[in-house]
Amino acid sequence: MSTSAFIVIAIVTLAVALAAACLRKLVHAALCLVVAFVGIAAFYFLLGAEFVGLVQIFVYVGAVAVLIVFTILLTRREDEANVSFNWGGVIVAAAVFATLAWAIVKTTSLSLPAPAIEALTVKRIGVVLMTDFIWPLQCVGLLLTAALIGALVLVMEEKR
Amino acid sequence: MTGESIDQFFIRAKQWLLSFMSGAPDRVQLIASSLLNITAVLIVFMTLFALISVLERKILGRIQNRYGPNRVGPFGLLQPLADGIKLLIKEDIVPIRADKVVHFLAPILMAAPTILALGVIPYGRNMTAFAIDGGILFFFAVGSATELAVFMAGWGSNNKFSMLGAMRAIAQMVSYELPLLITVLPVVMIVGSLSPDAIVEAQAGYSHAWAPRWFAFTPWGAAAFLLFFVSGLVESNRTPFDVPEGESEIVAGHMTEYSGFKYAIFFLAEYFGMFAVSGLAVTLFLGGWHAPMPWLEFVPSYVWFFIKLAALLLVFVWIRGTLPRMRVDHVMGFAWKFMLPMAFTCVLAAAVWHYQAHGLSGWLWSLGIVAIVYLGLSRLLNTRKNLSVRTYRFAE
Amino acid sequence: MTPTLQLFLVISAALFSTGLLAALSRRHAIFILIGIELMLAAANLNFIAFWRFGPASQNPTGVMVAIFSIAIAAAEAAVGLALVIAVYRHYRTTNVRRLDQLKG
Repeated sequence: MSTSAFIVIAIVTLAVALAAACLRKLVHAALCLVVAFVGIAAFYFLLGAEFVGLVQIFVYVGAVAVLIVFTILLTRREDEANVSFNWGGVIVAAAVFATLAWAIVKTTSLSLPAPAIEALTVKRIGVVLMTDFIWPLQCVGLLLTAALIGALVLVMEEKR
Repeated sequence: MTGESIDQFFIRAKQWLLSFMSGAPDRVQLIASSLLNITAVLIVFMTLFALISVLERKILGRIQNRYGPNRVGPFGLLQPLADGIKLLIKEDIVPIRADKVVHFLAPILMAAPTILALGVIPYGRNMTAFAIDGGILFFFAVGSATELAVFMAGWGSNNKFSMLGAMRAIAQMVSYELPLLITVLPVVMIVGSLSPDAIVEAQAGYSHAWAPRWFAFTPWGAAAFLLFFVSGLVESNRTPFDVPEGESEIVAGHMTEYSGFKYAIFFLAEYFGMFAVSGLAVTLFLGGWHAPMPWLEFVPSYVWFFIKLAALLLVFVWIRGTLPRMRVDHVMGFAWKFMLPMAFTCVLAAAVWHYQAHGLSGWLWSLGIVAIVYLGLSRLLNTRKNLSVRTYRFAE
Repeated sequence: MTPTLQLFLVISAALFSTGLLAALSRRHAIFILIGIELMLAAANLNFIAFWRFGPASQNPTGVMVAIFSIAIAAAEAAVGLALVIAVYRHYRTTNVRRLDQLKG
């Protein structure tokens, strides 16, 4: 795990995540969110979970981002909702971050270096997914189907 | 020179080039090796791009009873060079109300994923530029970024036609991505790996010493290949599915506000996308770099790959010269009502084929399943044309 | 010095706080969804980091949880955005402050 790569990815990811939270234009925020997701996928690559990184890019860039963008287009109206900003949220977020960071830094047992592990192959993930995690997998399938139908029902035109 | 050494010529050449810097640290060698791979892929596909763009115009001309480009160079072969120079020195116009950053980034984001996707395809024995465990997943993960690029182009231009074209393009790309992915599933299931190299390896050898074991020669594979190819046509926005850039309706879709070299990059991205999808189709269904007959094994592996790729590309051109553009709602309805159920049928048929031990009975069973669903769907969807006398209504 | 678990956790905490910031201080419904997605991604990063730095076990449980969590996040985004569209159709606004009526 190279430190320079970590630093670059961390700076980029945090910067675009902050931009996604604070930019005024919704489309810009959504595009920044995409970059943030790619940055998080890069963290996964760095941590040796290539499969999860690829799934992350695939699902978030390919599906979630397109969904967000479509919703933005379908609900476009210059609104004061875009502009108004609640500074209370900043205080709460800063406080939460301060607390979490303080707790993490104080816990000395967490400053571990990475142990050497064998590479996680796609095959291994598939085997584990199909044996030990078969019930969660089925439940997720059910959940996705329900979400699909639910989303369709929600956006269907109301009958007059 | 033996056949094996011709086959591995490019690998040897790369090792020879790398041997000049054998004293360098491992990391530098790794970077140099990657750079060599990238350069090779770019040079090969840039050449192919130039070649196919002039060939396409020649063939279209032939189909439409005219000459096509024949002024620049012998047989018009230097036409791409002239086009490139023309596009480079053209003025780059950015609309004043456009979102400058998004407008600028869209062509780059359009071209980069297609080039990345080309990296995971095995071009010959030991000739994969970027061999990773989840290559197929990588292909689709980077490919999904093109939808966002189309949106950025449409939204950034701040133009009605651009936005409409982008909406159409995203809608049809999202719809056809499902069949595209699901037709890949049976191959991945049968091979048991997401790596393109393993998939090509699984199609090696010949049954009865003459019939190649390509997946396109099984009923489910043939159906999946056709579905994959049609989805590929849509994903690369080619006729008859080029509604996003239908000139007669919305100027040039999301590319309306682009000019000069940015437009050229969109053009390049379209062709590279075509190469990537065709390359993946060759890898998944047409046996990758394997020879079709045992006695043709002496021809180097990369030659076979590029012959198959060229054949698919010519079919792309042929379709473009033959079929008219489809209507938007027909494109979408076709995806959801026909392509998706057929794609799922392929998965089922492949499973049956697999559990009948890849034999003749499995072959017949999977053929039966695909045929029944195909006939049932065509009956259900009522494809019979309801023809009647057309009534014309003029402005009253 | 190679990055330790602590560094990843701090990054993840920062991402989580950014998501919280978006969810709490913006009024636009889609911004709130963006914030929630960021928070979920931060949680995923934690799972992967703990899997990587934790004792090598038989199953890659952290990776599994992250995969399921991504699937659930996708479902959540789909339903959430469908809700935004439905609300917009009804009230002609996406400002969550305006949605304070119990009856439609």
